Amino acid sequence: MQARLVAKDIACRRGERLLFRRLSLALDSGQAMQITGTNGIGKSSLLRILAGLMRPFAGEVEREGAIGLVDERLALDSNLPLGRALAFWHDLDSCADPVPTLELLQLAPLMDVPVRYLSTGQKKRAALARLINRKCPIWLLDEPLNGLDTQAQAAFEAVIADHCEAGGIALVASHQAIALPAPQVIELAEYAA
Amino acid sequence: MILTLLRRDLATLLPGARGGGSVLPLLFFLAVAMLYPFAVGPDAQLLARTGGGVIWVAALLAAILPLEKLVTGDLEAGVFDQLHLRGVAEEISMAVRLLAHWLAFAPLLLLATLPAAALLGLSAETTRTVLLGLLAGTPGLAAVGLAVAALTAALRGGSALAGLMVIPLAVPILIFGAGALARPDPGALLLTGAISLGLCAFAPFAAGAAIRAAREA
Repeated sequence: MQARLVAKDIACRRGERLLFRRLSLALDSGQAMQITGTNGIGKSSLLRILAGLMRPFAGEVEREGAIGLVDERLALDSNLPLGRALAFWHDLDSCADPVPTLELLQLAPLMDVPVRYLSTGQKKRAALARLINRKCPIWLLDEPLNGLDTQAQAAFEAVIADHCEAGGIALVASHQAIALPAPQVIELAEYAA
Repeated sequence: MILTLLRRDLATLLPGARGGGSVLPLLFFLAVAMLYPFAVGPDAQLLARTGGGVIWVAALLAAILPLEKLVTGDLEAGVFDQLHLRGVAEEISMAVRLLAHWLAFAPLLLLATLPAAALLGLSAETTRTVLLGLLAGTPGLAAVGLAVAALTAALRGGSALAGLMVIPLAVPILIFGAGALARPDPGALLLTGAISLGLCAFAPFAAGAAIRAAREA
């Protein structure tokens, strides 16, 4: 996998408030980064800017490689059984064999349960499974460990390590400690306006 | 990719789909046709003369009912974000949704027009004009509905606002579509179709822009 993610001097404004400014980062294949900071400091907004879902107030972002984002929005049809809700995305991502990932994250027994009955952690695991099965190089993860039990946390940390090993990029916004392979760390408070 | 999107949209919008669309708009449509004779009295001539117009008004109002669920849910769930990241432009997903929305309400509405016409005692010729008019007009109604639903999706209480906003935008379709009943003239039907086509061409772009704008809000 070849990938690259570069942000130059970006600033983010939400409403009348400038959240952060003059933030630059560069990630090459195989690198990992953690964004830390208190609630509301702009971690999620930064991820959405890097994903190209929001325009930065200033600066620019360059991406080489497809972006996968996991945030608090699941994008799974809440009335459908998990299996069918995930099948839609697997179809779109032309994922031939989703089963190993589902078993890794212990989702296989939940396939018949409607998404709205799943717990926070189970929903998170479903979103992570969709990300892994998409096989895209750049991972943007917003609080990926929220709600996960320790077993699932360890499993997913191992998945991130494999992903970076294979040349992928992982950028994690989290206030929690998370084990990443040789992570760069950005403390967002240093860029607060 | 488009087929996958269409299959999902149809599954959520078609009446009877699990957790999806309902037959409520159709029942509402039939209820109007049923109530109208009670309200104006059993004057067969009056019913036959005004019945076509009533069917049109009922169809327009029935087209408003499914708007609430058309865009809001997917916007809040982040479906359009995930599609964007997979290179699916908002315009494409909205064009697909327009097709699915029309398929989910128009064919059944046309079917329900037959019992409605019978209840109002319309002549075969009038019924035919109404059916052709609805066939030409419903794509336009669907397009207006989709654009307005996308524009109001990010607003609180947007669905009530959407209903109000559709009505003035649907007036041209109503004028020409129902106007064909007054004068036996294919021109009005053709104009209805032309307006519909124009609206269908424009709606995915307006709706797509609305969804992108909602992200920045």
